[in-house]
Order: sequence, then C-alpha cells, then structure tokens
Amino acid sequence: MNGLIGKKLGMTSVFDADGRRVACTVVQAGPCVITQVKTELTDGYNAVQMAFGDKKERRVNSAEKGHFGKANTTTKTDVVEYRDCDMDVTLGSIIDVSIFEEGEFVDVVGTSKGKGFQGVVKRHGFAGVGQATHGQHNRLRAPGSIGACSFPARVFKGTRMAGRMGGERVKAFNLTVLQIDTEKNVLVLKGSIPGHNGSTVFIEK
Amino acid sequence: MNLIVNSITQGTLRTDLPDFKAGDRITVFYKIKEGAKERIQQFQGDVLQRRNSGVNEMFTVRKISNGVGVERIFPLHSPYIDKIEVNRHGKVRRARIFYLREQIGKKARIKERRIIK
Repeated sequence: MNGLIGKKLGMTSVFDADGRRVACTVVQAGPCVITQVKTELTDGYNAVQMAFGDKKERRVNSAEKGHFGKANTTTKTDVVEYRDCDMDVTLGSIIDVSIFEEGEFVDVVGTSKGKGFQGVVKRHGFAGVGQATHGQHNRLRAPGSIGACSFPARVFKGTRMAGRMGGERVKAFNLTVLQIDTEKNVLVLKGSIPGHNGSTVFIEK
Repeated sequence: MNLIVNSITQGTLRTDLPDFKAGDRITVFYKIKEGAKERIQQFQGDVLQRRNSGVNEMFTVRKISNGVGVERIFPLHSPYIDKIEVNRHGKVRRARIFYLREQIGKKARIKERRIIK
C-alpha cells in the first residue's frame, strides 16, 4: 500500500473531454517526509511512516522532537503508516504527488463532517411513517417499534436509534485522479471526499 | 474561495462570450455530437436567469416552440457552446423573470432596452 497525507482545499468543477461538467475536489497532497522505515527484522513487519504539516514550536514535546529529529525534519502534525509500501524510500526522504498518475484510481480517508444528534431517518435511512393522516400528526419521523415484548424483555444491542452522527472515519473508494500539479503539490479528484475544507485526508492507492 | 481551488478552473473560463442578462433575447450556437460527427444547432429565446458563479455559472433560455414553452439550461463556460449572439436587450425589473412562464401571447412580450452608444 502506498499513499500521501493531504489537506482538503475545496470543491469546484472541470469540463472533461466530452464537454461534461464534472464535480471535483482539490486536495493539497504532501510533500510528506519519511519519518521511520520499519522492517521485518527490527519491528516484525514492513512499513513506512510519513508525516505532513508543520507543528508550532511551542506545542512540540521532547519525545516528538527526538522522533522527528532522527529524520532530520521539523515536527509535523499528521503522521500515517503504510504497511508493505512498495516505494523504495530512506529515512528523511521526501515524497510528493508524483507517485500518482492522471486517470488512476485512489481511495481517500477522512473524518466526515459532524452532523450532531440526528434522528433515525437521517442517521440510518429509515423511511419514516410516510403519511401525515390516519392520526399521525406528530410521528412522521419516529423510529417505530424497537423490539418485542415480554420476550426478550429488553432492547437488543446495536438496535439502530437516534444519536450522534458524523465526525467519524470515512473512506471514499475509487476516485479518479483528474489533474496533478507537481509544482503546487495539488491533486484534483473526481467527486467528493469526506470532511470539511481544511481537514486532513489520507490519499491511498 | 481558496485561491488554489480557483486557479484550477482559471484556464477553462470563457471570456469570448458577450455580456447578457435576464430579459435579453439570445441565440445559443451549441455543438452536438452524433457519433463521430459534430454539428452546430441553434437555440433562440429569452434569458430567464443566470445563476451560480465562476465555472459553475448556468443560464436558462426559454422559447415558445409550436405553441409549447421550451426551456434549456446551459453551463456558461461549457466548451460545447460555440458562440452566443445577443439579438435584443430586454427591459426587465428583476434578475429572474419566471413570471414569463405564466404569461401567454401579448403579455409575454418584453420591452426592448435600447442602448445608446
């Protein structure tokens, strides 16, 4: 597995070769610094750890300073590890958007926008009552029955109910890379990705 | 909006199209692909609205075809628009003239706005 850390910048649209308008997301991807190379011999598995985004000097603790110092770089805010990475990298080397190609499919991991406390219709896609008549004047979006009666005499675990929605790790699969700007380290991906503008995303391939 | 996001579409924005607004009568020459061949079709009518901004800007054109109202929505910056001709400037008081849909015959006319140069 191979990837980069990036920042969601925002959405816009581009016209494709057929003249169709395609919604796309602009992502600032990298450049990332390799902060640790794990091998089977020393760590029990093969992996590459990379970091992105500068951290303020006064927020840095000495443990972080030591770890990032080994890679001869400043302290970073976001760190990710990819197992069995097929890149040939060394400690402290820099990787950028050139690992991607135009037209290639990538997956994007991000934290979805927080929706707050939501009912079952929005949170789990329940259909609602569907009718405003037949005595349903205030039960249009109610969950209905949440279980049987004297047996089992309890509500099963995992029963879908209202609650906090969003703000969780979401992966968007198979997004086409439409454009790559190696100078600005910018990727243009087809479609939408999780999270609000400015949030950290992981682009994997 | 973010400057980098804006710069993505910078090269694709059309600057060759004339300025028009709601109430104007325009002819849109748009390309149609039929298999491998490409030809140009015209759509003449009154502009009902322009909406959105930047690369996403769209405009709606309405005409009466054989007694039936027909509306088409075009993306302003689409490469499939060959050219746009402004046939007549209209004098209207609002930016979106949807009231035109309810009016037929003489009432559906728009007064001309003469531009003195």
